[in-house]
Amino acid sequence: MTITETRPGADTGAADRPVLDVRDLVVSYESRHRRTEVVHGVSFTIKPGEVVALVGESGSGKSTTAQAIIGLLAENGRLEAGGITLGETELTGLTDKAMRDIRGRRIGLVPQDPNNSLNPVKTIGESLAEVLRVHRWGSKPAIRQRVLELLEHVGLDDPELRAGQYPHELSGGMKQRVLIASAIALDPEVIIADEPTSALDVTVQRRILDLIDGLRVEHNSAVLLVTHDLGVARERADRIVVMRHGRIVEAGRTTEVIANPREEYTATLLAEAAAVAAEVPPPRPVPKPTAEPPIRVSSLVQEFDTGRGRAPFRAVDQVSMTVAEGTTHAIVGESGSGKTSTVRALLGFHRPTSGLVKIAGLDVGALKTRKQVRELRRRAQLVLQNPYSSLDPRQRIADILAEPLLNYRLADRAGRRTLVTEYLDRVALPADTAQKLPRELSGGQRQRVAIARALIVQPRVVVLDEPVSALDVTVQAQILRLLTELQDELGLTYLFISHDLGVVGRISDTVSVMRRGRVVEAGWTHEVFTHPSTDYTRELLAAIPGRSTAPATTQGA
Amino acid sequence: MTGRAVLSRLGQALLVIALAFTGAFVLLQALPGDAMLIKFENPDLGLSQAEIEAIRAAYGADTPIWQAYLHTLAGFLVGDFGYSIQNGTAVGGLIAEVLPQTALLAVLGFTTAVLLAVLIAFTATWARNPWLRNLLAALPSVFISVPVFWLAMVLIQVFSFQLGLIKVIGGGPVESLVLPVLTLAVPISAPLAQILVRSIEDVQRQPFVAVVRAKGASRWWVLTRNVARNALVPTLTIAGVLLGELIAGAVVTETVFGRAGIGRLTEQAVANQDVAVLQAIVVLAAVVFVVANLLVDLISPLIDPRLKKTVRTA
Repeated sequence: MTITETRPGADTGAADRPVLDVRDLVVSYESRHRRTEVVHGVSFTIKPGEVVALVGESGSGKSTTAQAIIGLLAENGRLEAGGITLGETELTGLTDKAMRDIRGRRIGLVPQDPNNSLNPVKTIGESLAEVLRVHRWGSKPAIRQRVLELLEHVGLDDPELRAGQYPHELSGGMKQRVLIASAIALDPEVIIADEPTSALDVTVQRRILDLIDGLRVEHNSAVLLVTHDLGVARERADRIVVMRHGRIVEAGRTTEVIANPREEYTATLLAEAAAVAAEVPPPRPVPKPTAEPPIRVSSLVQEFDTGRGRAPFRAVDQVSMTVAEGTTHAIVGESGSGKTSTVRALLGFHRPTSGLVKIAGLDVGALKTRKQVRELRRRAQLVLQNPYSSLDPRQRIADILAEPLLNYRLADRAGRRTLVTEYLDRVALPADTAQKLPRELSGGQRQRVAIARALIVQPRVVVLDEPVSALDVTVQAQILRLLTELQDELGLTYLFISHDLGVVGRISDTVSVMRRGRVVEAGWTHEVFTHPSTDYTRELLAAIPGRSTAPATTQGA
Repeated sequence: MTGRAVLSRLGQALLVIALAFTGAFVLLQALPGDAMLIKFENPDLGLSQAEIEAIRAAYGADTPIWQAYLHTLAGFLVGDFGYSIQNGTAVGGLIAEVLPQTALLAVLGFTTAVLLAVLIAFTATWARNPWLRNLLAALPSVFISVPVFWLAMVLIQVFSFQLGLIKVIGGGPVESLVLPVLTLAVPISAPLAQILVRSIEDVQRQPFVAVVRAKGASRWWVLTRNVARNALVPTLTIAGVLLGELIAGAVVTETVFGRAGIGRLTEQAVANQDVAVLQAIVVLAAVVFVVANLLVDLISPLIDPRLKKTVRTA
């Protein structure tokens, strides 16, 4: 297992002169008439052709640093001190007009989520042409020609067609290619990639990172890769800058930082990333089979009408799975693989087109009355991906947790209060959380609330739909640990939906790999991970960031 | 939209008009008193009870309500709107005579309202000065609470009597339009501006705006070439609904400024309980309203291509 010491293009070319030099950067935000410093003296440099990763969890100030470089801090943000030099130009103190000339032309930005980073009412061609038009690059026909070249250059087939399409007609990966094309259109010296792949499927992630890397080599541009994922940083960066609470904790060559982290925090991040990317999940004890498995699905088919005269769209095709009591079954697959449709059929949101679904002793296909459906939803609870949108922002946590009890008339006022306290304790939240509002909690704390809300009605089955995808890696680990503990305590059966095989490897006993509505591979997670039988599974496994270069043991872990 | 969707939308539109016709008919018939009595029981005419009965029969006022309904409906379908009870002329002619004035007033009033709303919204969201921003953002709430008749009187007081800029009576055709158009425009511009400010703020918070800024675009470029079109769809929807306001506004405006028009005609017809005229005006208003909203529905997908997509059940 080798980690490349030098990357093609990294140390060739111009000189050792950095193209971007950030010195003692201090940034503050104002809220409610109070200034809070969030970045306290951050310094680093990037040379042409080099990739520097800015790594940290949310709130570490990494994105703020990136925004400060491109001069696009939020309205309440202010650069308090420090210097930013791009080539020969000092960027701090430039007028807005002068800065506009830099943006797009000398610094390109690849944003975080391609799905909301393109103007929805503009065609792809118009959006891509915009950067050229803003900088008065050339005549209309020349711009049109250049747009098609760029689209082809970033690997989109049929540029003519793509240029005329709207963002909603393209996949996330294709949109990110368009945004990359826009970032490199004017051949900038620096490309800032702000979490460029965290919103993408794992196999697409790899291709997008490859594309950015290829373009870097070709243009000898410097890349500032902002990421929370040390796995990605390890694979892609020449140097790593680890940030925490607005300060640089550690910085150095990737190889050195990975092999020999000097700070405990870096070691923790590494350990979490390594555990997620672990080559082989440790086998878990095999539970005793029960007479009536809490989840039994056979030959489930789910079709959707696509309009008159057209063949229905088959989202789920002959899916079967059985999950034993007290175990975790994972469904993995990329977006569009049918994971979500399967879950929706299982919870009775859609009537299955055909097939048998039995959840916690109820035949889902045969449910008739509202009462029966309600009973199903009590026995099988759902925890959703985004803890920021799944909690009512105006309700206190106590009310959020008491609501399902009220709905199902499970407890009186005093009983509800006792249960709320009990379940807050179960998910390891302090008792005073009850009186707080969701916005006062962190992402991890909110997800704990969501889990408590699911468990409070004492379900047998909990369906977890990407429950940790929106969370930082250290928080992910905590939530996964909590889920395992709760399972052992309460004998719960989990159905765990995820696109992230690293996470799946840590939590599940059995796994089904889905692609285009079908289960392409299923079995014990340990087996599937060590001996994948399909190329698709192998591709998914290989795409876990950091896995290909993960050292067998990590120091300080 | 697919052809089928357009057809079903058209069907809905016709249904709304039919319901408006029926609703108006039932309500107008249920009114206590009637226009016939107002006109002919006038002691000055000195008609006897028997004579009045005869006149009523001649007008068909004694036919059963369902017969009258069918008769009126049949008339409307072929473009015969009946006769005014007050002065005996054809309702169609009465309306046709004043419609152009009102249409002119309405079109100008609505255009002014839109311009005013866009001006307020753009300045309120573009200004950097927080003091100015808040002031402008508060303006629509003030506009919305202003009663039309009061506004009309204040405008006349200020512009005609105090400043002497505009003649109250006998001004030219353009001069005489300025104040009525303003009176009509201000209350309509307010909700439009509110929605527009809100939509612009929502759109400006979306990540793609930061991406456009990162391309080197100026704030003006972002606002005019990216944000505006996104913010338009919700505003357009409200604009369709506000056309209803326009009709109500025309009644007050035309009455206060003494202009001939549909609004004035309505006011007189109500005063005289001229059921036939009112029936036609209600249906006219319904048609205008329905057509406007139909247009909004047909135009929206051209502005936001996502609306074109037939939604696949997710």
